[in-house]
Amino acid sequence: MTTILRRLGFYALAAFAAVTLNFFLPRMLPGDALQNVLSNIKSADITPSQLAALTAQYGLDSRQSLVSQYLGYLGHLFQGDLGTSTSKSVPVSQILASDLPWTIGLIGAATVVAFLLGTALGIVVGWKRSGVLDALLPVATFFQAVPYFILALLLLITAGFNWHWFPYSGGYETGRYATLTEGWNGPFVTSVVEHGTLPAATVALASVAGWIIGMRNMMITTMDEDYVLVAAAKGLPQWKVVGIAARNAILPSISNFALSISLVVTGSIVTEIVFSYPGVGYAIYEGVLAADYPLMQGILLVVTFTVLGANLLADLAYVILDPRARKEA
Amino acid sequence: MSAVSATVKAEPVLEVRGLCVDYGVGSSAVRAVTDASLTLHRGEVLGLAGESGSGKSTLAYALTRLLRAPGVISGGDVLFHNRPQGSAGERTETVDLLAADLAKLRQIRWSQLAVVFQSAMHALNPVARIDAQLTDVLKAHRRQMDGAARRERAVELLRMVGISPDRLRSYPHELSGGMRQRVMIAMALALEPQVVIMDEPTTALDVVTQREILEELMLLRERLGFAVVFITHDLSLLIELADSIAIMYAGRIVERAGAGQLFHTPRHPYSLGLLQSFPALHGERVRMEGIPGSPPTLTALPGGCAFHPRCRYAMDRCHSEQPALLSPHDEPIGAQDRVAACWLQDGTQPPPEPLALRPGAAPDTDAALAAIPAAAPATTEGDEQ
Amino acid sequence: MAAPTVAPPPEAPRSGTGAGAGDTAATPVPRARRGSRIPRSPKVVVGAGMLALFALLAVFGPMIAPHAPDWQASTTSSVPLPPSSSHWLGTDQQQHDIFSQVLAGGRDTLLIAFVAGIIATCLSVLVGVTAGYLGGWVDEVLSILSNIFLALPGLLILLVVMHPLKNTDNPLLIGAVIALTAWAWGARVLRAQTMALRNQDYVESARVIGERKARIILVEVLPNLLPILASSFIFTVIYGIGTYVSLSWLGVINPSSPTWGTMLNSAQSSSAIINSYWWWYAPPALCVALVGIALALLNFGIDEIINPRLRSARTHRKGVRYTLGLTPVLRDSTALEGSAVNDSAVKAVKGAAA
Repeated sequence: MTTILRRLGFYALAAFAAVTLNFFLPRMLPGDALQNVLSNIKSADITPSQLAALTAQYGLDSRQSLVSQYLGYLGHLFQGDLGTSTSKSVPVSQILASDLPWTIGLIGAATVVAFLLGTALGIVVGWKRSGVLDALLPVATFFQAVPYFILALLLLITAGFNWHWFPYSGGYETGRYATLTEGWNGPFVTSVVEHGTLPAATVALASVAGWIIGMRNMMITTMDEDYVLVAAAKGLPQWKVVGIAARNAILPSISNFALSISLVVTGSIVTEIVFSYPGVGYAIYEGVLAADYPLMQGILLVVTFTVLGANLLADLAYVILDPRARKEA
Repeated sequence: MSAVSATVKAEPVLEVRGLCVDYGVGSSAVRAVTDASLTLHRGEVLGLAGESGSGKSTLAYALTRLLRAPGVISGGDVLFHNRPQGSAGERTETVDLLAADLAKLRQIRWSQLAVVFQSAMHALNPVARIDAQLTDVLKAHRRQMDGAARRERAVELLRMVGISPDRLRSYPHELSGGMRQRVMIAMALALEPQVVIMDEPTTALDVVTQREILEELMLLRERLGFAVVFITHDLSLLIELADSIAIMYAGRIVERAGAGQLFHTPRHPYSLGLLQSFPALHGERVRMEGIPGSPPTLTALPGGCAFHPRCRYAMDRCHSEQPALLSPHDEPIGAQDRVAACWLQDGTQPPPEPLALRPGAAPDTDAALAAIPAAAPATTEGDEQ
Repeated sequence: MAAPTVAPPPEAPRSGTGAGAGDTAATPVPRARRGSRIPRSPKVVVGAGMLALFALLAVFGPMIAPHAPDWQASTTSSVPLPPSSSHWLGTDQQQHDIFSQVLAGGRDTLLIAFVAGIIATCLSVLVGVTAGYLGGWVDEVLSILSNIFLALPGLLILLVVMHPLKNTDNPLLIGAVIALTAWAWGARVLRAQTMALRNQDYVESARVIGERKARIILVEVLPNLLPILASSFIFTVIYGIGTYVSLSWLGVINPSSPTWGTMLNSAQSSSAIINSYWWWYAPPALCVALVGIALALLNFGIDEIINPRLRSARTHRKGVRYTLGLTPVLRDSTALEGSAVNDSAVKAVKGAAA
């Protein structure tokens, strides 16, 4: 039980650190940048009470001490109040509620695809170890070593712009003649899937190499274990021998994934920008360009929490898959 | 020593002829085993002894075709005289293991030829429960068994090695080192194979557990009648357990003899050195001599007899010429399976006294064996617990 | 302690491997690896060659460029010119020579990534080795710290932090800020490896004979961490390039002289894709991709040093096919120099005895 408690403790601590960092972020800005933020807030088209809340949060009324500003900020946060966007004049939580599902859907779909595909390929490449398959690795490396946005641009230009395979802008059809109504109806879902294909493919392609190479390396290492040789000595069918090796090799692959989650998340946020995808990535880009600090901070916080949540999921998956970790738990 | 071995001893079950094993191919290849020949008879315990790096494990894994890359078998024959359960009497089918394909090997593996690995810690799949690891062989080799029958057999196997059946749902890391090795042995016997290869099965355990497990193992062997190839660096253990013994040095078999013969009249200086490296617990006090120097690396073998740099009896001839594995000139006629590869034994000069044939020592009789003190294994290579 | 997400030490030396190589293959003892060379695989050679080329370009690129980056072919036209003999890679909308910009644009990118790599590696050594070697509460605190940094979305934080620094040109500052978001990965890997090394006999004995901690870490531990250090450095440089180019492509960093990222930014804002001005965006994107690939190829070689098993045991080698549980039988391989002599001697003796 202690291991699980410790992990939960860590997540609580990490969440607290993220919240605190978020509070101090605008306060670390150089003077003129801060002035810019302040004038943005003052000129924002928002209600007086929203303005009052923001002035308090950013310490604009000097009557409050830093501690009480911080406590006030925490209090608002617990009520789900992330302030008001100065550029869009709506509560940040409202923007997040509409944008976050897009991002999570994109990352989730891409990660599932990349995991299944990459693990399967990694098992085969690690088991076979033939020259042909090993030559595949540099190709996979290309996708891993190139920044997400270049990969995204590559897909946008080829599969989107030149070959018209998939739409390359937006989250669903919004043209002049579009007749879609948002919700669980066929035409809308189809449109969402079509629009999501290229961004998801970008994220999946970029992360699939990590899965392939990680799984391949772990397969090679695991195949040197005695228990894999025992499986062969037992006269088990070949696929079972591979299965035993793969079942053990996948464990480190999962812990390595936990290390790279934040890279995948930031990568997909950049991808959103390339494809003008209506997720939080595009929103934070707009926020940065408009120096909309409440929006930027809100998104930063939510994305950090998403990464921590994904980490927690990876932890749980590991505990479920490894009886040794289960025992410690 | 056992009833089984006495009655069916003459019939071979596993024959190895001139086996050569290389690591690597082409110009970078290193020969790890050279021209090794062995015969394992039905129900017999054949000991394979030597220091680490002598090629004893390589030989054992090569003959089962389980040797890993870059190992390559570069010559010789391995014949398995299969007599499947249920087939009556003398019906044996001879399988050339080096010519067999994967399907044929899979058929023989475990059902007729099982392996107990050195470290059960590493040989058991850490993420699978004990019952799954015991029943997967049944699933693969005994198609007609249903789940309940497999489970019953698993319980029976665990009982056989003295483990309570409630351990079936345990994972390997929840068992002690001794229990893991017992599970490994139960696993090896699941299909009642004709041959079990044991690669230092107890070196990772403490002396007491080692003793217990070996005793149980020998009882099981008497009951089930399987033959054993027992690999160890501990010659005193083999003297006690084995019917016949082959000593390996630098990839070659340098002496082969009955256990009693080897103990009383070793004919190769290396065997003598090995015997003097382990204390006998109850025997007369002898000075522990050991063998000076360390085994050669296979990439830089000395010319002539590979043992000559460490041999106190080395002659000029030993530096340049490799002795063949032949019956010593003064062995009585009929002692065909008694061979040594040493120039001292070719009859051109009388061998030094410790390596000479002693007239009093009767070869391989029960009386001779009874005289052997129960030697206790004196070394453990490390305890994992 | 072993938290589920902690990656296992990449190669904790393990004793007792059963079959096969167990008898001859040397167990990878870290110390023996000190002098290990980078394997001469084609991947490494190609990677190192490409990287050397780009390094030369970073140093000499601006000098050999036919035009200054801000030179304009014409001040009246605003239509990008396609590649021609006078402008090998054409021009952009402002009539800048693309070829010159590409040559000059790598310097800052590579310099910043390199600086980020060095700073992040130093930080990760400091945190990772300290945590791994000292253990106890120091390890607790430092591990939590690096786990938190791992979970933070680095690029997003940079996006927010860098925007106010928009016109900063100081590569050291930018590199340092990027490094702050990049050190945690290396720290974690180094910590795991240090913990494995710490229990090695030679480190243990150094401790027993009373060597000072600093000396043990510097002399006994650090040299054995070099391959991992190199791998984490390369990883950080790849990250640094990606991050810097992304930030300048987004217009969050806006240096005075053009870089690959700012070229992509101006191409983007001029709708170069829709207008099919491929010569504008393709060269800088290709350069970024090639540098990334070169580094990744180099990392393959280092991976094989860290884990020698990745190199050995190929299933196809010199026409021999290795399959687990099916040791190949090659009866005709008689070309063994060393033992051939011995074999003939044996045959001679056998003949004499017969």
